[in-house]
Amino acid sequence: MEFYLKGFLIACRGIPATVIVSLVAIVMGAAIGLLLALCSQVKSRILRAIAKVYVDIVRGTPMLVQALIMAYGIPQLVQSWGIDFKWTDYGGMAIPAVIVCGLNSAAYMSEVIRSGIQAIDKGQMEAARSLGMSHGMAMRLVIIPQAVRIILPAFANEFVTLIKETSVLGYVGVVEILRHGQLWNSSSYQTFPAYIGVAIAYMILTIPLSKLINGYERKMARKEAAA
Amino acid sequence: MSMIEIKGLVKAFGDLEVLKGIDQNVEEGEVLCIIGPSGSGKSTMLRCINRLEEPTGGEIYIDGNLVTEENIDKMRSKMGMVFQSFNLFPHKSVIENLTIGPVNVRKESENDAAEKAMRLLERVGLAEKAEEYPRNLSGGQQQRVAIARALTMDPDVLLFDEPTSALDPEMVGEVLDVMKDLARDGMTMVVVTHEMGFAREVADKVIFMDEGYIVEEGSPEEVLGNPKMERTKDFLSKVL
Repeated sequence: MEFYLKGFLIACRGIPATVIVSLVAIVMGAAIGLLLALCSQVKSRILRAIAKVYVDIVRGTPMLVQALIMAYGIPQLVQSWGIDFKWTDYGGMAIPAVIVCGLNSAAYMSEVIRSGIQAIDKGQMEAARSLGMSHGMAMRLVIIPQAVRIILPAFANEFVTLIKETSVLGYVGVVEILRHGQLWNSSSYQTFPAYIGVAIAYMILTIPLSKLINGYERKMARKEAAA
Repeated sequence: MSMIEIKGLVKAFGDLEVLKGIDQNVEEGEVLCIIGPSGSGKSTMLRCINRLEEPTGGEIYIDGNLVTEENIDKMRSKMGMVFQSFNLFPHKSVIENLTIGPVNVRKESENDAAEKAMRLLERVGLAEKAEEYPRNLSGGQQQRVAIARALTMDPDVLLFDEPTSALDPEMVGEVLDVMKDLARDGMTMVVVTHEMGFAREVADKVIFMDEGYIVEEGSPEEVLGNPKMERTKDFLSKVL
């Protein structure tokens, strides 16, 4: 039993790293995702193509591969141009990790946001425009606030997914939950307790979040039924 | 100078020509009712006036100014629009629905906008609903709020797109009463409607549209009481 507790406590040391990377990444993902979603709605074919290619690339490749490219591939490429570049000079290996997670979740968030915007009745945009609002103002004041309520559950689900996905970041030098467990395993050989501890540490983060989403969805469903 | 001048208006959706050359003037203070079967182009014509549909050809002048893609936001604020399905903003309270335009588009202060909003709500008889959300209002009340919202920008013209078609029959009267009240006060109005009684009582001019053309136009007595064209007679015999 003692080993299980120890394994769990060791894994918990990774919680701050996992949470910080996930939080920064989800904020970055939401901001870039919104930008991509807006790009996919405009008349300009070039912007629409850029958004589409970006989403296809990110969704079509494993995040571990993206992380390896960002953390190790890009520094070597830049160094080959004769520029001295190491991530450790720019804040450490957490930086490429956060960037990859943020860019990755942006692709998924853009789809979520796009479908949220499309779910709003087009009469809302017409009513806003007929008051003299520009397209941008109508988006900001009328469409996006309504879309946010629709996409909130999907947004939180994406956060849960992202927390679990950060487990690949041990491969690019971030000592998060899984990496702490792996390191303890390789010194103590307590393999089962180590990874059970890791699993429980992730669940502490993800299960309350999932419960929160379910509660919100039930509340919204009740509100719909009442209206 | 007419309040609205429509010259050679053409609108096509792909190969389908919905408006085939419309010429029409609306004078200041005039109430124009547009009637016709569904698919005749009457709603499209109304929506072309404030460019919710982009005309394929022709010109629209509001108060002498040509409406273009560039000046559209400014021109739209001179034209209030009331929709069949109300289109109130569900995430805003009634009073916020009425202040959102003046505060954001015209940069009025919250206080001035709220004061004007309350006056308009009183005018449509819904001052006590100011803090409610649209979903808690009946259809008739929502449409009256929508009319008040259209008035917040002090428009020169109000455009109505079948304002009573989505309402339960017992709520049609309250909305028409508000519209009659506006007409009496001299508001310039263009109304796409199936309410022949309203057209007869309030309109200064009625136009009957069919298949993208204006088939017949004139006073309500002429068009509704004594139509000359066969198609008008045929339509009226079905709806009256």
